[in-house]
Amino acid sequence: MRELELYFGPQHLGMVGNFSITLKVEGDRILKATANPGYLHRGFEKLMEYRTWIQNFPLVCRLNVIEPDHMEMVYAMAVEKLAGIEVPERAQWIRSIYLELARVGSHLFGLWAYANMLGFDTIAQWAMYHRDLILDLFEELTGGRVYHIYIWPGGVRRDFPDGFANKIVETLHSIGKCVPDYDDTFFNNPLFYERAHGIGKITQEEAKEWGAVGQVLRATGIPYDIRKVEPYAAYDKVDFDIPTRENGDAYSRIWVIRDELIESVHLIFKLLDKLPEGEVYNKVPNPFKWKVPKGEAYVRVESSRGELGLYMVSNGKDKPYRVHFRTPSYPHGLTILEKVLVGENIADVGNTMISLYVVAPEIDR
Amino acid sequence: MNKKPKSLRPLKAIKYLFKKPKTLRYPFELKEPSERYRGLHLNNWDKCTGCGNCADICPNVAIEMKEIPEIKPEEGEKNERPEVDYGRCCFCGLCVDICPTGSLRLSRDYLHIHFDPDTFKLLARDEKTDKEHFLPPEKYSIFKASLAHRKEDYEGFAPDLIYALFDPERIPMSQIPPGERKSSFIEQVKGFSQEEAQKEASRCLECKLCEEVCPAGMDIVDYVRNIWDDNLEGAIRDIYKTNPLPGICGRVCTHNCESACVLGHQGDPVSIRWLKRYAVDNIPLEKYQRVLGTQEIESIGKKIAIVGSGPGGLATAYYLRLMGYETVVFEKLPKPGGMMRYGIPEYRLPYEDMDKDIDYIKSTGVEIRCNTTIGKDIILKDLKEKYDAVFVSTGLHVGRTTGVPGTDHPDVFQAIEQLRKVTMGEEIKVTDKIVVIGGGDVAMDIARTLIRLQMQEFSRVDIAVSCLETRDIMPATPEEIEEALEEGIDLYPGWGPEEIIIEDAKITGVVMKKCLRVFDKEGRFNPEFDAHEKMELKGSMVVEAIGQGPDFTFLLGGIKEELEYEGRRIKINEYGQTSLPWLFLGGDLIGGPDVITAIDTGHKTAKGIDRFISKNE
Repeated sequence: MRELELYFGPQHLGMVGNFSITLKVEGDRILKATANPGYLHRGFEKLMEYRTWIQNFPLVCRLNVIEPDHMEMVYAMAVEKLAGIEVPERAQWIRSIYLELARVGSHLFGLWAYANMLGFDTIAQWAMYHRDLILDLFEELTGGRVYHIYIWPGGVRRDFPDGFANKIVETLHSIGKCVPDYDDTFFNNPLFYERAHGIGKITQEEAKEWGAVGQVLRATGIPYDIRKVEPYAAYDKVDFDIPTRENGDAYSRIWVIRDELIESVHLIFKLLDKLPEGEVYNKVPNPFKWKVPKGEAYVRVESSRGELGLYMVSNGKDKPYRVHFRTPSYPHGLTILEKVLVGENIADVGNTMISLYVVAPEIDR
Repeated sequence: MNKKPKSLRPLKAIKYLFKKPKTLRYPFELKEPSERYRGLHLNNWDKCTGCGNCADICPNVAIEMKEIPEIKPEEGEKNERPEVDYGRCCFCGLCVDICPTGSLRLSRDYLHIHFDPDTFKLLARDEKTDKEHFLPPEKYSIFKASLAHRKEDYEGFAPDLIYALFDPERIPMSQIPPGERKSSFIEQVKGFSQEEAQKEASRCLECKLCEEVCPAGMDIVDYVRNIWDDNLEGAIRDIYKTNPLPGICGRVCTHNCESACVLGHQGDPVSIRWLKRYAVDNIPLEKYQRVLGTQEIESIGKKIAIVGSGPGGLATAYYLRLMGYETVVFEKLPKPGGMMRYGIPEYRLPYEDMDKDIDYIKSTGVEIRCNTTIGKDIILKDLKEKYDAVFVSTGLHVGRTTGVPGTDHPDVFQAIEQLRKVTMGEEIKVTDKIVVIGGGDVAMDIARTLIRLQMQEFSRVDIAVSCLETRDIMPATPEEIEEALEEGIDLYPGWGPEEIIIEDAKITGVVMKKCLRVFDKEGRFNPEFDAHEKMELKGSMVVEAIGQGPDFTFLLGGIKEELEYEGRRIKINEYGQTSLPWLFLGGDLIGGPDVITAIDTGHKTAKGIDRFISKNE
């Protein structure tokens, strides 16, 4: 049989995001896959070196279009660590609630992407609608639907509006009511099982070796989660589970995402129950006269896709000296994708990629 | 869960076919944006000062300050307003959180569709100043929605002081409490510590509105920034560019800058005056010449005589000296400083701090000859022979009297004379019950000086201060009035004296009549009284502090006749130059009211004298 080189993406129906993979195929079997990023490179890390500490705050969220919130969090944490800013207790709890809402929204969006790609259009529509309800919550809290620009160094930008906690509970209940329908029509759908089972399988050893994090790692049976390993915000104040699966394939990964979504909703309820009163913002210095002391910081959070790290260096000036993000999609979308695609079918390229929960903007930055 | 599921359950989804669709049929079905929605900008033009902080913080450089010629800015404001480019705006709302006046907000409007990119620029306004584009519900249509077709009363993301990016509260200045300070002449204000000064300096947003209103045009933003940066040498270099008497101004300046400071709109202005004082107090005099680079000044061989060693004279002398002129200052009184020394009491401006400023000026080569009265010891014409130009800034040292019956009594005093005597160490008369007439800073100064003397003599305070003006329009600075009240004066604003009651050749009180207005419709001083409403203020001595006039002794000796006049004033040009080109006037003589204005006339005349000598104009 003849070997062919096939360009998959960035203009391809199976591709989500501006990303491309160059495949070497024989028939419809893949012999070699080369990830080909760069279509979305915006130079954020360099841009941040030219903006003051506060001007970077509306910028960082744009690294990941789908869940900007963890980007804000990791930036705020790094600045707080470098500048030694204390965050009020209530702000920490609000941050946790807000980040879990982001996780729910992001997983619903991921569900849309996966279902849509596989042709389960009905489920995709439901997921998109339910995500919209989460966006309504964000709009009410922050004034923005997609880019919330909410967590800033020193706390959060505004306190909960009146009756907001009840609104969260109502919205999450109305989404929760549909979980059995999601299960029956998607997660337990034999067609979906056939499509996802055994695709992009990774063993536990491979996952560790290749630097997998998040669902990709947890789907191989390792309960690794930064919220437990190195608790931040208010995650050490409440109890929650880390869902895992054993098989390490696309089907297991989507089930981890599903369980996590439900666990996050429960976590939000627990956090709302114990939400303390008080201030939510400790004033940071005047933005035109703010120098952060010399030093470097590495902070990490568990984003919806796994461990998200930020390494930031300050040389004592009004702008960061160097910023570098360690995004979960980077190992998933480059290293792991290239490895697991070998031997798969062309029809399963998009399937595999989305099951790895890759978001292209995170890779390119 | 990794076993293949078997079921027909997915068909369950069919039930959704019979449910109402969730999709909104936009724009026929609308979804109201939330109350905090971050949409298009709103700006209240009446509140906006044009400070430009929104443009400075914008991470996308989407805001540009545009000059609006129709706006007539008030003192300390600019006629510039923000223009937002919606091709760049990311709706982050940092501009709202930095806006010190709270004029800038975001609305819940977000629609604009147009093929012309130029229409995406908007001079943000709101319904208060723009009725044309902000429409009531009955006139608004979603089909026409654009930057020029907006809903009124549709505010979204609004400013909140708790979350503002600036700090509305100033660092409190530690002061000696009234009970303690009123019995001695110790300086009331203690000054900032390094930490306090840096914290206070860090509040400055650097919009430079303050620099526009400073009579001397000081580089305030630069020196405040240097203080924040702990670069005090840089700070005094910035200060001395425009102000040779910073230790004095750092204590008694009328601080127009602080009135203009944008932070004052919703909070306290930056303590610019105390910061200047902090910078100057923390560098020893020995370092001044090195820091300011004035160890050696090359002389150009021209000599200038300066009459009067007040702020106008000293500033002129200093700046002329920097240009290489030999300057000699003549002073009538035993020590230099003029009204600053002989008018301002020690508890506001200690003599040693004043001496530091003056000693530095002397160290650059300015010669000061005290106890020399021009017009008496030397006449102006003689000075003209010996010097290339003469500058006169003798100030206003003659107290005015109300002229009511009884003012010729020996126990009726002029405030300015009494203050001068206190500085010279002479004893002044103090009784246990005193009436002060006047509501300006001099009245407060004499009242507070008398408080201290009464405390020393009688251990109690009994001083009544009355003035024509009501409390809100009293000419004294509000904090001076506040502090005088704290120290125990009785204030009677809105009363004018009718006559001083004298029994057995002794003063027993003053009959006051109610003042109905101070100024007439044209704004001229023309008080009107209510003859029926009267009261008596008890007291055994009276001090008048209703203003001062100039002393024209210096004109004696034939100059008076040679000068040209404009009405009753001596004619001068913008440099203070009279019709005799070698004679310049400055300071309070040509217009007050404060030290910093006198310093400004110093700048102008120094320039004018240099122009006269180098170009003979």
